[in-house]
Amino acid sequence: MIVVKNLHKSFGKLEVLKGIDCHIDQKEVVCVIGPSGSGKSTFLRCINRLEEAQQGQVFLDGEEVTAPNADINRIRQEMGMVFQLFNLFPHKTTLENVTLGPIKIKGMSEEQAEDIAIKLLRKVGLGDKDHVFPAQLSGGQKQRVAIARALAMQPKVMLFDEPTSSLDPEMVGEVLEVMKDLAHEGMTMIVVTHEMGFAREVGHRVFFMDEGILMEEGTPSQIFDNPQNPRTQSFLSKVL
Amino acid sequence: MNLGFTSTEWIFGTIILDRLNEIHGFQVVANNLGNFAMGAVLTLEITLFSLLIGMVLGLIAALGKMSNNQLIKFVAVAYIDFFRGTPLFVQILLLYFGIIPLIFDATPVQAAIIACGLNSGAYVAEIVRAGIQAVDKGQMEAARSLGMTHGQSMRYIILPQAFKIVIPPLINEFVMLLKDTSLVSAISAHELTHTGKMLYASTYQAVWVWGAVCVFYFIMTKAISMLGDWTERRLATE
Ligand SMILES: Nc1ncnc2c1ncn2[C@@H]1O[C@H](COP(=O)(O)OP(=O)(O)O)[C@@H](O)[C@H]1O
Ligand SMILES: [Mg+2]
Repeated sequence: MIVVKNLHKSFGKLEVLKGIDCHIDQKEVVCVIGPSGSGKSTFLRCINRLEEAQQGQVFLDGEEVTAPNADINRIRQEMGMVFQLFNLFPHKTTLENVTLGPIKIKGMSEEQAEDIAIKLLRKVGLGDKDHVFPAQLSGGQKQRVAIARALAMQPKVMLFDEPTSSLDPEMVGEVLEVMKDLAHEGMTMIVVTHEMGFAREVGHRVFFMDEGILMEEGTPSQIFDNPQNPRTQSFLSKVL
Repeated sequence: MNLGFTSTEWIFGTIILDRLNEIHGFQVVANNLGNFAMGAVLTLEITLFSLLIGMVLGLIAALGKMSNNQLIKFVAVAYIDFFRGTPLFVQILLLYFGIIPLIFDATPVQAAIIACGLNSGAYVAEIVRAGIQAVDKGQMEAARSLGMTHGQSMRYIILPQAFKIVIPPLINEFVMLLKDTSLVSAISAHELTHTGKMLYASTYQAVWVWGAVCVFYFIMTKAISMLGDWTERRLATE
């Protein structure tokens, strides 16, 4: 469903992605792990072109996302993104955060959008918080709203960039729970994470990235129980 | 009736008022309160219309300066730099005597509004640009990641948040602009400073006349900044 070919990205002289090749199947959950600064976020952001790669291609269902004439605004509707710092719209209520996309981008009627939004907010356990502003929510609640906001566009793929890294420990679980449900419903997901437990339990495949290279990939048990690459071994020995 | 004053204070006050009435300058001011008020109203009108023009031009120029289109960017930067880099007084003279007559027959007040509006737009542009850049850049990314165009993200996400940020500096610009409109007295727009000039020319009561002009300006600027504080407090509680 997603195919990445020879992706290169530099910021000035700093080469952050040094030729990434991979493919992700429909309904697959891929967890991306690796040391900080290894290019995990950049990889994710090149997939929906929040960053423009200098070389290489990304395909979504056979359509080239990186083509110069690609309709990127339509393609992005099919790729939901969840950020480490939530990035909720602070001047909008929870409900408006979720309905804004469907109304303004898809031209949906307000009633229909609210219907969908309420269902999504219930699904992430925040059905009673629809008229609250983001400032009044806890970190875990904010991130769950952010997930609902992305889901409201009915994407084919969800990209998560360390969705629990800025949360207090007691709130990590509630967000991972929502993501787990999503995985079980068959959502295709790419999750950059430091939650090794989640990667092992929910991930179908794990990518280990280091210094802009996809060093090793495999099933969770291959990566966690029997890593082949010395860098993977050394990384895991530090975090596990 | 003694309005709460003791009789000594009352007598004292009456004596002071009698003394003041013997002063010629006081009489000049007292007899011309209506003229001052009319001048002040015109000052306020020029300021408000200029600010309106300034806000529209400023928003356009700010977006222009941040545009990726080099031509649009060049025009916006040239406009902002010219009006911020030259004296407003000279701009007023250039526009009223030089440029505007080539286009249409403007009254001094119309010319004053055009000149102050163009000038204010350049300052508002920088205020708006700073406000937009102060909005967390994750906001634009979140909006774009949903599939909004750049324009939609600006309109629904960035500008509403920038608006709150720019209110205090905009109020400040409002006050500055009001004071700067005194320069249009040079082209005989009959605003507050011009009222002062006329009255001074016929009475030579410099301290009283210009003192009164200051008081009128001060009342207006104070009122604007109080309005600003009130707005800020209201937005802060939202
Ligand atoms: N916008 C940017 N400009 C310059 N350098 C950047 C930018 N974004 C990321 N980098 C650099 O690219 C490298 C990889 O960053 P990132 O993809 O965020 O890593 P990770 O998510 O794995 O921690 C880091 O060295 C970082 O400093
Ligand atoms: Mg990162």
